[in-house]
Amino acid sequence: MLTTDSQANLQPADKAQVPDAQGRFGKFGGKYVPETLMPALSELETAFYQYRDDASFQQEFYGLLRDYVGRPSPLYFAERLTQHYARSDGSGAQIYLKREDLNHTGAHKINNALGQVLLAKRMGKQRIIAETGAGQHGVATATVCARFGLQCIIYMGVHDMERQALNVFRMRLMGAEVRPVASGTGTLKDATSEAIRDWVTNVETTHYILGSVAGPHPYPMIVRDFQAIIGQETRQQCQERWGGLPDILLACVGGGSNAMGLFHEFVKDANVRMIGIEAGGEGLQSEKHAATLTRGRVGVLHGAMSYLLQDEDGQVIEPHSISAGLDYPGVGPEHSYLKDSERAEYYSVTDQQALDAFQQFSQLEGIIPALETAHAIAYLDTLCPQLEGNPRIVINCSGRGDKDVQTVAKFLMPEQ
Amino acid sequence: MVSVSDYSVSGCMDALRDRGQCALIPFITAGDPDLETTAKALQILDRNGADLIELGVPYSDPLADGPVIQAAATRALQKGTRLDPVLEMLKQVSPTLKSPIILFTYYNPILNRGIEPFFQQIAEAGAKGLVVPDLPLEEVEGVLAAAKSTGIEVTLLVAPTTPKERIETIAHRSQGFIYLVSVTGVTGIRTEIETRVQSLLTDLHSVTDKPIGVGFGISQPGQAKQVMEWGADAVIVGSAFVKRLADGSPEQGLQAIETFCRSLKAAISQ
Repeated sequence: MLTTDSQANLQPADKAQVPDAQGRFGKFGGKYVPETLMPALSELETAFYQYRDDASFQQEFYGLLRDYVGRPSPLYFAERLTQHYARSDGSGAQIYLKREDLNHTGAHKINNALGQVLLAKRMGKQRIIAETGAGQHGVATATVCARFGLQCIIYMGVHDMERQALNVFRMRLMGAEVRPVASGTGTLKDATSEAIRDWVTNVETTHYILGSVAGPHPYPMIVRDFQAIIGQETRQQCQERWGGLPDILLACVGGGSNAMGLFHEFVKDANVRMIGIEAGGEGLQSEKHAATLTRGRVGVLHGAMSYLLQDEDGQVIEPHSISAGLDYPGVGPEHSYLKDSERAEYYSVTDQQALDAFQQFSQLEGIIPALETAHAIAYLDTLCPQLEGNPRIVINCSGRGDKDVQTVAKFLMPEQ
Repeated sequence: MVSVSDYSVSGCMDALRDRGQCALIPFITAGDPDLETTAKALQILDRNGADLIELGVPYSDPLADGPVIQAAATRALQKGTRLDPVLEMLKQVSPTLKSPIILFTYYNPILNRGIEPFFQQIAEAGAKGLVVPDLPLEEVEGVLAAAKSTGIEVTLLVAPTTPKERIETIAHRSQGFIYLVSVTGVTGIRTEIETRVQSLLTDLHSVTDKPIGVGFGISQPGQAKQVMEWGADAVIVGSAFVKRLADGSPEQGLQAIETFCRSLKAAISQ
């Protein structure tokens, strides 16, 4: 039986691993922020290095992951989904789900929120802020703030508040203040900018729990390392199931935290194929998409150099996705690094493909996935016919879809 | 008439200091409400008390800016304001100005243009200085290197949160002057200037001979005077100009900034 505190690990396996001391993943990453934040980023980096090696921090973190979050999350064999993609002779990909949707609060986001709130507590910060898109990170942050009695302010785009109304209610129920952000398209990009502005203003009393592997160093590293438990458990569970590694890892990518959480443990296992799926929106030719790695150019957004959806003047383009959690014009810098070094592959699926997968998956497995997660699942349609033999695929089932039911209903039954 | 080409940012600041004067640096956003008005505004500011002028290039995600300048940038972008027409306008108007122009832009538009072409083009347009609010010391090396050959001076920012040893390094690297951010926060109008600005100015003066400009949050003549008395060599006023310029018709806006610019200059000329 896997126990979260026996094999999990916050320390890098290899000192040569990215990021470097400047927070660079190759040319990506860095700290492109107003001077006001620089001391806070240094303080956070120091605290992270100190506490990740600290026995009492680890005991508290892994103890709560087990008893409060409900880890380890199961690795579940998706039997009917596997049958669906089987060849006529019965052979084909063996599809497994890493069930992050079964975590407390319904997504992988709680792993990072919990780790960061424990850091904030040790740094003496009593006020917590966060940005949220789909609301999963906001809910996770509101949850851990309630658990530790900290003031919690969540920035959320007005458009996202409408399409993720259930999560807005959940956050408020747990005592968080949800501040609507109307600038731009009223989505995740704008909420992130507003959270950063709050942090610039209240940096001396406030910790910013950034929710993805994005933002200025040390966030991409911290969030990745708190999410790395996903891959670490997956490795052990695969070992227990078949005594080997998975062949393919598949995850959706908005900012990219659930994908990095799954991938990180396997980056050095060259035989493990890693595939990230972005939001293709209404199609890559339509300009209404959020396929940053597929269609973006290198730029700087929210403190990091990475691929970015931008126009010819370097203005950030407003992205589009049916999924609020993927509706982001940037991407975590380590994904840009994994793409350019060809260690990971990135593709996209459209809103429609994700909606189809959302329904099909619900009917085949009795699991309603988050619309974000449905993007990764949808790619099976493209991937499976290309595969030979019976490769084992692990999909990060990053979140559950209760929050998306209204959005999907609107698309399926627009007249009602 | 002295044209802009006679003065670098540091040259202008030094000359003022030699005369015992505190510089007034107004900020406006290019393209709000349109570039024609921006050109007129630059001339009006130049003739009514400005010693240098900061010209903001509108950007989609201005992290260091509060609501007033954010909104101005959004309006300017919605009107289709692009970098090239901004520089074209500046090229036309800069020979008529005595105040050196300092461009204020976020890093991504620079990176997108290519750092060296960007510097070449803004120098050709007549800009003398550059402020990039999201480029701290750690990331500024490439920009400083490219600036060298063009004569553009890159001014770095010091914040209230900056530790003392870091202040020294920033002061050493900063060109033209040192931009002291007077608040822990974004740009915008505030009713009071934090008293710690005084000790920050003292700290800064003890580690550098370079002039110090104080900005973010200064919106009234009395505040400008206060900051000058605390030892500022320049006072930078942004949101209060942007707000006045945007209020009513372009003509009303221009009239309002003329009056305001004079009152600020008068306050720091006593």
